[in-house]
Amino acid sequence: MDKTTVLSKKPLFLGLLFLLFILFAFLPLYGSVYSVILVTAIFMHIVLTVSWVIFSGPTGYISLASAAFFGVGIYTSAILGKTFPLPIVICFGALTSFCLALFVGALTLRLRGIYFSMFTFGLVLLIQQLLLWYEVNITHTRGRFVIVINNATIYYVMFAILAATILTAYFISRSKYGLALQSIGEDEEASAHTGINVTVLKTIIFAVSALFAGAAGAIMATRWTYIDPFIAFNPLFSFMPVLMAIFGGMGQFYGSIIGAVIFAYLQEMLITRFPYYYMLIFGIILVVVILYLPGGLVGLLQKWRKGDLAEKHANT
Amino acid sequence: MRILEGEGVTKYFGGLAAISNVGFHVDQGEIVGLIGPNGAGKTTLFNLISAALVLNSGVIKFKGEKISGLKPHQVCRAGVARTFQSVKIFGNIPVLGNVLLGSLFGTSTGMSSADAAREAMESLEFVGLSTMRATPAKDLTLANQKRLEVARALATQPDLLLIDELIAGLNPTETAQAMELVTRIRDRGITILMIEHVMKAIMSICDRIIVLHHGEKIAEGTPQEITASKTVVEVYLGDQAYAGS
Ligand SMILES: Nc1ncnc2c1ncn2[C@@H]1O[C@H](COP(=O)(O)OP(=O)(O)O)[C@@H](O)[C@H]1O
Ligand SMILES: [Mg+2]
Repeated sequence: MDKTTVLSKKPLFLGLLFLLFILFAFLPLYGSVYSVILVTAIFMHIVLTVSWVIFSGPTGYISLASAAFFGVGIYTSAILGKTFPLPIVICFGALTSFCLALFVGALTLRLRGIYFSMFTFGLVLLIQQLLLWYEVNITHTRGRFVIVINNATIYYVMFAILAATILTAYFISRSKYGLALQSIGEDEEASAHTGINVTVLKTIIFAVSALFAGAAGAIMATRWTYIDPFIAFNPLFSFMPVLMAIFGGMGQFYGSIIGAVIFAYLQEMLITRFPYYYMLIFGIILVVVILYLPGGLVGLLQKWRKGDLAEKHANT
Repeated sequence: MRILEGEGVTKYFGGLAAISNVGFHVDQGEIVGLIGPNGAGKTTLFNLISAALVLNSGVIKFKGEKISGLKPHQVCRAGVARTFQSVKIFGNIPVLGNVLLGSLFGTSTGMSSADAAREAMESLEFVGLSTMRATPAKDLTLANQKRLEVARALATQPDLLLIDELIAGLNPTETAQAMELVTRIRDRGITILMIEHVMKAIMSICDRIIVLHHGEKIAEGTPQEITASKTVVEVYLGDQAYAGS
C-alpha cells in the first residue's frame, strides 16, 4: 500500500511542477508590473537561499559570504554592462564570484564553526571598504550608474538563474558528492579517513554555490539603476539566506525554497505596510520560529503529518 | 613481506613526546597487537600512520612506499583503513550510506556507483549489519556502531586495517563476536594492526605484539614472549586494566 501511494505521488508532483512552470513562464504576459517585480524579488531570495544551502546545508559551515558573492556580481555587471551583451555580463558576474569563492574557500575552509562565519563576514566588509577606498582615492567617483533593462527581461533571466540553481542543488544533493558533503557535516575527520578529499570538495562546492549568487547580483544590478559599495555589499544579503533557510527548515531540500518564498513575500508586505517597524516585526517572527520550530516550517509540516498518520492508524 | 614499516617515528605535543623514536613493522597477513597503558601513545601512532597527525621526524612506509606526508584521504586510497577509539560514524546518515561512502571514495581505483553499492552491501553482510541498512547510524547500539565502522573501513578495500580499541565498552558476548570478526577479516587476506587494552582478548588472536610505554617501544614479540617479559610485567601487566580483565 505504501508503494502505490509513493508511485501515484510522483506524477502528481511533476504535474504540479509543470503547472507552476507554465504559470511563471507567462507571468509577464498577464501579470501586473508590480507582480513581475515582486516575483523577481522572491526569485532572487530563493536563489540566494538555495545557493547558500548547497554548501552550508549539508556541511554545517555557516557562511556569511553571500553578500560578497552577490555584490561582486552587482559590481561586475555595473562595470561590464555598458560594453557587453547581457548574457556575457551575467556569466562574468557568476564566474567572478566563483573565482573569489575558490580563493577564499581554499584559504578559510580549514577554519571551523564561528571562525569560518566571522571570516566570511569579514570578507563582505573588506571588499566593501576596499571598493570605497578605490572609488574615493583612485577614480574619485562615488558609486556607478547601471544600464537599465526592462522588467520582463530581468524577470526571465532571474527565472533561468533560479531554475539552474534549483537543478544544481537537486543534482548535487542526489549525487555521491551530496552524501560526502553530508558526511563532512557529521564528522569531517572520519570523512577524510574514508577517502574523501575534504578540502577540495568543500572548496569546489563553496565556489559552485557562489556562481548563482554572483549571477543573481549581476541581473539585479540592472534593476537598481544606481549602485555603490554600501548597496552592493549590504550585510543583510549575508544574513537573509541563513535566516530564510532556518525559517523554512534545513532538514529537507525544499524547506529552504518554502522559507525563501514566505520570507521574501513577508518582507515585501511588511516593507510597504509598516516601513518603520518592518525589521522589528521581522525579527520577532524569526525569534519565534527559531524558538518554537527548530525544524523550521517543514519540520512543523512533517510533525503535523506524522501526527495525522498516527491518528489514522489509531482509528483503524 | 613488510606491509608497514616505521623508522624513528617521533611526535611531540608541545614539550611532551607522545611518540619518541619508535621503529616498528607489520608483515603481510599478520595480526599485530599494539598495547600499552593509557596515554602510552597508541592512538597517536595510529593518527600518524593514517595521516591525521603530521610526524615531527621519522618515516612511515606502506608496501615500501613512503606514506608519511600524504593526506588522510590519500593514505586511505593507498590501502590503509582505520577505525576510531571513540566511534566516528555519520550518525544521521543511514547505515548503508555510511559504508557506501567508503566504497565510493576510499578505494584505490574508484568504482562505478553500481559496483560501490554492491561492495557496500557485501561489507555490511560481512559484519552482519545488512538487515539494518536503512537505520540512521546513530540509532545503532555501541557494538553495532563499531561494526559499522569496520564495515565502512572494509568498503574502502584496504590491505591494512588499523583497529583502535574495538572491544572497549562491549559485553562478553559482543567481545567474542568482535574477536571472531577480526580473525575473519584476516582470513580475507587483510593485514591487521590493532590497539587493545584488554590483554586476554588480544593474546589469543595476535601473531605478534608491540608494547608502547610513555611513547617508547619497550617490547615486541609473540604473545608468549610478551607475557614472559620482565619489563612488560613491570610497566604494564601490573596495570589496573590487566588486573580488571
Ligand atoms: N591532539 C593532541 N594534542 C595534545 N596532546 C595529545 C593529543 N593527542 C594525544 N595527546 C597526548 O599524547 C599522549 C598519548 O595519547 P594517546 O596516543 O591517545 O594514548 P593511548 O591511545 O595510548 O591511550 C597522552 O598524554 C595524550 O594526552
Ligand atoms: Mg587510545
